[in-house]
Amino acid sequence: MIRVLLVAAFSLLLLAPALSPSDFYVNVATQILIAAIFALSLNLLVGYGGLISLGHAVYLGVSAYLTIWLVTRAGLSHLPAAVAAVVLTTAMSLLFGILALRATGLGFLMITLALGQILWGLAYRWVSVTGGDNGLSGFQRPQPFGIDLASPRTFYLMTVAVFACAFVLIAVLVRSTFGAGLRGVRDQPRRMQALGWHVWMVRLVAFVAAGFWGAVAGVLYAYYNQFVSPHVLALTNSAEALLMVIAGGAGTLLGPVVGAVVVVMLKNVVSAYVTRWVMLLGLVFVAIVAFMPEGLVPGIDRLRRRRRPAGTT
Amino acid sequence: MSAEALRLEGLSKSFGGVPAVRGVSLAIADGERRLLLGPNGAGKTTLFNLVTGDLPPDTGSIRLFGREISRMAAHRRVHLGLARTYQVITLFPRDTLAHNLELALLGLSPLRWNPVALLSRRPELRERALAVLDRLGLRAAADRRLSDTSYGEQRRVEIAMALSQEPRVLLLDEPFAGLSQEERRDIQQQLAAIPRRVTVVMIEHDLDVALSFAERITVLHQGEIIVEGSRAEVVADARVQEVYLGT
Repeated sequence: MIRVLLVAAFSLLLLAPALSPSDFYVNVATQILIAAIFALSLNLLVGYGGLISLGHAVYLGVSAYLTIWLVTRAGLSHLPAAVAAVVLTTAMSLLFGILALRATGLGFLMITLALGQILWGLAYRWVSVTGGDNGLSGFQRPQPFGIDLASPRTFYLMTVAVFACAFVLIAVLVRSTFGAGLRGVRDQPRRMQALGWHVWMVRLVAFVAAGFWGAVAGVLYAYYNQFVSPHVLALTNSAEALLMVIAGGAGTLLGPVVGAVVVVMLKNVVSAYVTRWVMLLGLVFVAIVAFMPEGLVPGIDRLRRRRRPAGTT
Repeated sequence: MSAEALRLEGLSKSFGGVPAVRGVSLAIADGERRLLLGPNGAGKTTLFNLVTGDLPPDTGSIRLFGREISRMAAHRRVHLGLARTYQVITLFPRDTLAHNLELALLGLSPLRWNPVALLSRRPELRERALAVLDRLGLRAAADRRLSDTSYGEQRRVEIAMALSQEPRVLLLDEPFAGLSQEERRDIQQQLAAIPRRVTVVMIEHDLDVALSFAERITVLHQGEIIVEGSRAEVVADARVQEVYLGT
C-alpha cells in the first residue's frame, strides 16, 4: 500500500510542472528529467559497477549530434533518425567499453576522459560534419500523430514518459540477477571471478547499458535544445553528471534523480538571482561531501533511521 | 572418470625475477584429501593462484581431470568444477548471508546474465541458499548482514559458498586461520562432511587439525616440493623437521 502511495505521489510530482502557469518551470523540469536519465545511466557504471567515468558526456553528445545530423543533413525522418542515433551510439559504447575496460580505477577514468576529449576535439575540428564551434542547428520538433511537441508542456509529458521507462527499466536491471552480479563485481571482483562470474563481461554489459541510456538522454537533449554544439561533449558535462550521481547518492536509484534536481535547479533558478551561482554550486557540493559523504539520498535515510527509536517500524 | 583430479607439471612463477614457485610437479587423485605444508613464503598460496587462474604461470601445465587449463580464464575453470577459499575472507560484508550464497549459486547459472529476472522473484534460488545455511545451522541468520556475523561464521559461509557450487576440486587456503577452538571444531565438522567425490587440497599451518584431515601431504620450501608422502613419512622426514618444524 505504501509503495502504491509512493508511486502515486511520485507520479503527481512528475506531472505537476505541466500544470505550471509559466513555461519557464516546465522547461526547467524537462531539463531535470533529461539530466536525471543521463545521471541514472552514469550511475550504472559509477554506483553499481564501481567504475568512475569522466567521459560519459560522449554518449549524450554523440547521440544528440547524430539525431540532428541525420534529420537536417542526411534527410531522415525523425523516428528512424532517433532510433539510428541510439543504436549507433550504443555500438560506439561497446567499442569504447572494450577499450576502457582494459583497466579499472584510475586507468579506466583516464581512458574514458581521453576518449571524451578526442570526440570533443573532433566536434570542434570536423567542421564539415559537425558545424565546428557553430554546431548544428535548423532542427525542429516534429508533430507525430498531430501531437505538437513544440509545445513545452507536450514535450515535458513525452520526457516524463521516457524518464518513467528509463527509471523502471534501470530499476529492474539493478535488482535483477545480473544487477546482483554487477554489485558483486563492484565489491569483490576477485571473489566473483572465483564464483564463476565473467567479471570483464559483466562490466562491459553495464558499460553498454550505460551508453544506451546516455544515448536516449542525448536524443531528448537534441529535441529539447533543437541545437547541438561541442559544449555537449565537454569534460564539464561529464563532470557535472558525475557530481549529480555523487551528490545524490551513487548506487541508489533515487540519488541521481535528486542530484539532477540540485544541479539543474542551481544552474537555472539560482543563477537568475545569484551571479556567483557556480561558487554556490561548489559550496553545496562541499557541504554534501562534508556532512553526507554517501550522498543526499542515503544520507537522509541514515538520519531518518537514527531519529527513529530502535525497535519501531 | 580420470583417476587424477589435478596434475601439475613443471609449474613455475616468478615475481620481478624472484621465483615464488619453481618447477612444481604433483598429481592429486580424485577424491583425495591433500595437505600443502610449508613455512611462510614457500609458495603455497601462489600455487593455488596458479591453479585457479588468479595468476598466469610462467611455464608448466595444469590439468584438471585430464584437461589442460593453464591458459584458461579463471572464471571458466570454476565452471569445470574448481572452487576455492581465500586466506583472507573475501565475501560481501554489506549483503546478507543468503545473498552471499545466492551470488555463489548464480555464478554457475545462466540466469546470471538475465537483466530482467528480479532476484527477489527467484524463490528457488533463495530456497537453495537457505538449505545450505540450514546445513550450517545458520538459517536463522540468513537475513543478517555478513558484517554482523562472527569471523568463524564468515569462514563457514565462505566454505559453504564454495561447496554450494558442487565443485569437483576444492582448494582451501588456511581455513582455520584466526579461529577459536570452538570455531575450529565447527570447521572441522564442516570439512569432514564434504562428500568423498570432492577432491580437497588444503593449505594449513595448524598441524593438529590438518594432519587429522589429510591423507597425503606435500611440503613446499622456497617454491619447490621437498617431500611428498603419507603423514608418517612426512613427519619422519629430516628435511621437513629442519625447514618446517625447526628441529
